[in-house]
Amino acid sequence: MNLHEYQGKQLFAKYGLPVSKGVAARTVDEALVALDTLGGDCWVVKTQVHAGGRGKAGGVKLVRSSMEVKNFAKNWLGKKLVTYQTDASGQLVNIILVEPLVEIASEFYLGAVIDRSTQRIVFMASTEGGVEIEKVAHATPDKILKVSIDPITGAHPYQGRQLAFNLGLAGSQVSQFVDIFLGLAKMFLECDIALLEINPLIINGEGNLHCLDAKVVIDGNALYRQPALKAMHDPSQEDVRESLAAAWDLNYVALEGNIGCMVNGAGLAMGTMDIVQLHGGSPANFLDVGGGATKERVVEAFKIILSDDRVNAVLINIFGGIVRCDLIADGVIGAVEEVGVEIPVVVRLEGNNADLGIKKLEDSGLDIIAATSLSDAASRVVNVSGAI
Amino acid sequence: MAILIDRETKVICQGFTGGQGTFHSVQAIEYGTKMVGGVTPGKGGMKHLGLPVFNTVEDAVTETSADASVIYVPAPFCKDSIVEAANAGIKLIVCITEGIPTLDMLECKVACDHLGVRLVGPNCPGVITPGQCKIGIMPGHIHLPGKVGIVSRSGTLTYEAVKQTTDFGFGQSTCVGIGGDPIPGSSFIDILSLFEQDPLTEAIVMIGEIGGTAEEEAAMFIKAKVTKPVVSYIAGVTAPPGKRMGHAGAIISGGKGTAEEKFAALQDAGVKTVRSLADIGSGLEEVAGW
Repeated sequence: MNLHEYQGKQLFAKYGLPVSKGVAARTVDEALVALDTLGGDCWVVKTQVHAGGRGKAGGVKLVRSSMEVKNFAKNWLGKKLVTYQTDASGQLVNIILVEPLVEIASEFYLGAVIDRSTQRIVFMASTEGGVEIEKVAHATPDKILKVSIDPITGAHPYQGRQLAFNLGLAGSQVSQFVDIFLGLAKMFLECDIALLEINPLIINGEGNLHCLDAKVVIDGNALYRQPALKAMHDPSQEDVRESLAAAWDLNYVALEGNIGCMVNGAGLAMGTMDIVQLHGGSPANFLDVGGGATKERVVEAFKIILSDDRVNAVLINIFGGIVRCDLIADGVIGAVEEVGVEIPVVVRLEGNNADLGIKKLEDSGLDIIAATSLSDAASRVVNVSGAI
Repeated sequence: MAILIDRETKVICQGFTGGQGTFHSVQAIEYGTKMVGGVTPGKGGMKHLGLPVFNTVEDAVTETSADASVIYVPAPFCKDSIVEAANAGIKLIVCITEGIPTLDMLECKVACDHLGVRLVGPNCPGVITPGQCKIGIMPGHIHLPGKVGIVSRSGTLTYEAVKQTTDFGFGQSTCVGIGGDPIPGSSFIDILSLFEQDPLTEAIVMIGEIGGTAEEEAAMFIKAKVTKPVVSYIAGVTAPPGKRMGHAGAIISGGKGTAEEKFAALQDAGVKTVRSLADIGSGLEEVAGW
């Protein structure tokens, strides 16, 4: 689960990290009031969306008057920001973070992730702050400094010093960096963090370290024990169909194509998308209905798939392991009748009682094409989708 | 013994009396798995499915000499269950549960590695040696005792590979679902090295998916250490970057973890890769010369 920058900074502040005092404004008036609250004569206004690349997209601005703030807020609130990290329609801006301007002497990168290869929390730091860190990692991997956290003994001050000296920090900046490092390490464990980034971490005009941005991703599996963080969830940043699917415990991801896919199992759902493409088609979505493809779930899955008007054919691919395929066929027939599906539906059933299931589909009198194999299903659905 | 489990493996179930534990224990017993009991704290002394229930894994191990434990307890309690089993002397822990916090798994991994205990999963279908022992939620009837070792991050894709190897008449030595989480108890490499040493395994199917670099690491291992033919399929060529595709570990992040990178690494290691998951059986036929 992603946090907004302003939420990440609230969390940073709790762990004693140096962040700007900012105001998260939801209206033009709130943005104007924020200028009085913050004081000063120069501010930075930042759109709050779950995507990077806001600056280049015009979603971050230096402002010197209330008129400029007003125009920025009016321009963005309720609109969508398109960055290189969003899709073509962009992410909705509901909040603008207003902060006093901070003078930047130099920029660094500091981040932490769970490294899947070493199975450790790994901190990464770089002198190449303020730019896309993936590019730095790709072009000049030696510019990324790393330390790994021992799961038993935890993060040590010496590791923070090691990073600080290698970044070229000196004097009190070293101890400031160590405090930030230890604060983040504590936060990582206590908040079930999956990924965090400060890009850039800067040295300000007074020569002190300061966190200018905050990207925080929480482990979705741990939200049951993080109620305060769970409450920060912002559904407006998610695809409508994805949120709807999540409410039904269905895994749905929207794609760009026209063939709706309904599959049991995440791996098979991906494999089905791939085989559709391999046969010259274009999948409209990833959808895992889970192990028990009951009528209720199939009905909801159909509704979600069909709410995408690009979809002109549906492929249902079920491997009935422990569930019986004839029961799944009943579910599919019931769902097609209930939802009133008007586009061709190709069904491939495999496993337990598959023959009986296929016979039921064929006898239903509905526009359901029973495929004999996975490849057959893929080529049939691609055919019917192109024929419309 | 194929790998990991055989007809002599004594299995207990943690979360035995719950819905999932009961349903799948019935299936396992019907399949012929040597189930010797189960653990549900507070229900010790009871009988369930004709088998003894214990309050602790330690009691179960003392009374039944169990070698393996399968875990169906809900995600918030899995860390406790895994560490309990590891400390009680269980040698193989198979955790089926999906949704365990990643930081919990980091700790479980350390505990299991320290104690020399093999953990398979979580978020996986389990392990089966066809005709001998089934630990997990896979449908037993699609399997056939045979010569192909299957290792996979995905449950239903494993079933597809099983079905094809059964239809071709090759059968399976052992099938291991290592699970779809970012921190799995056992890696591809762990299982590949067991298959390489197992005389009953003549060829290997490895099924990967997007996210992480486990397949690339496996490719390097195969190049250096595996002499048996390997067929591999990777799911998620069409998956968009930055989106989690069902499994917690199936995500292309920062441009890393794409299916194409994995296919390329495996091809470089001499692995027969198939682009369609329907081609696993024919791929085996080709490389194994069967």
